[in-house]
Amino acid sequence: MKFRLLYFASLADCAGCAAESVDARASDLASLYDEVRQRHDFNLDRERLRVAVNGHIVAWDHPLNEDDEIVFLPPVSGG
Amino acid sequence: MSRFRLVPDSIDGVAEKRRLEAAGAGACVIFEGWVRNHNQGRAVQRLDYQAYAPLASSEGEAILDAAVDRFKLRAAAAVHRSGSLVVGDMAVWVGVSADHRDAAFAACRWIIDEIKLRVPIWKNEHYIDGESGWLHPDNTPADGGR
Repeated sequence: MKFRLLYFASLADCAGCAAESVDARASDLASLYDEVRQRHDFNLDRERLRVAVNGHIVAWDHPLNEDDEIVFLPPVSGG
Repeated sequence: MSRFRLVPDSIDGVAEKRRLEAAGAGACVIFEGWVRNHNQGRAVQRLDYQAYAPLASSEGEAILDAAVDRFKLRAAAAVHRSGSLVVGDMAVWVGVSADHRDAAFAACRWIIDEIKLRVPIWKNEHYIDGESGWLHPDNTPADGGR
């Protein structure tokens, strides 16, 4: 399935980009993170992240659809 | 007008405060978060905030709506900076008005804590020695930095 991924903070630094389109083997969020983590050498464990699909925070078992915009959110540090 | 705003330019606290005016309010509490020149023993020169803007706006709005409900506020508003800031700049402004001070103090504290916990904004500190790094909510360095 094809997805649009956005990266922020340390994940963007590791990926070397703020966004990318991927054609992934993964069909769920957890394996999608594993797939891109391996490719970009992310060193944040999935347990430390939240995930958003199409602008909404979702659970890791949220079903995916073609062309979803997915953001793996590192621990935040605003304020 | 939205209760929560993410802005690329400096925050005008005086203008923001007008959003809290209400004839029934007997208390107003405002919190300003400033960029300080040190963190965890290191000298800080400046910092950058990166935000996932659509989600930051909706999460911020949800926090302020919940605060109004929970603390019976007359008004609540918050503004968070994005982009590049230097020492002394205002990074975040939170203001509430309520009938009495107990609710106003508690709500203001609750809102800034929730913002720091939930809103997708990330701080990259640049140190005097030339290094920089993304921070975690407790202001310790992120191990995801390179």
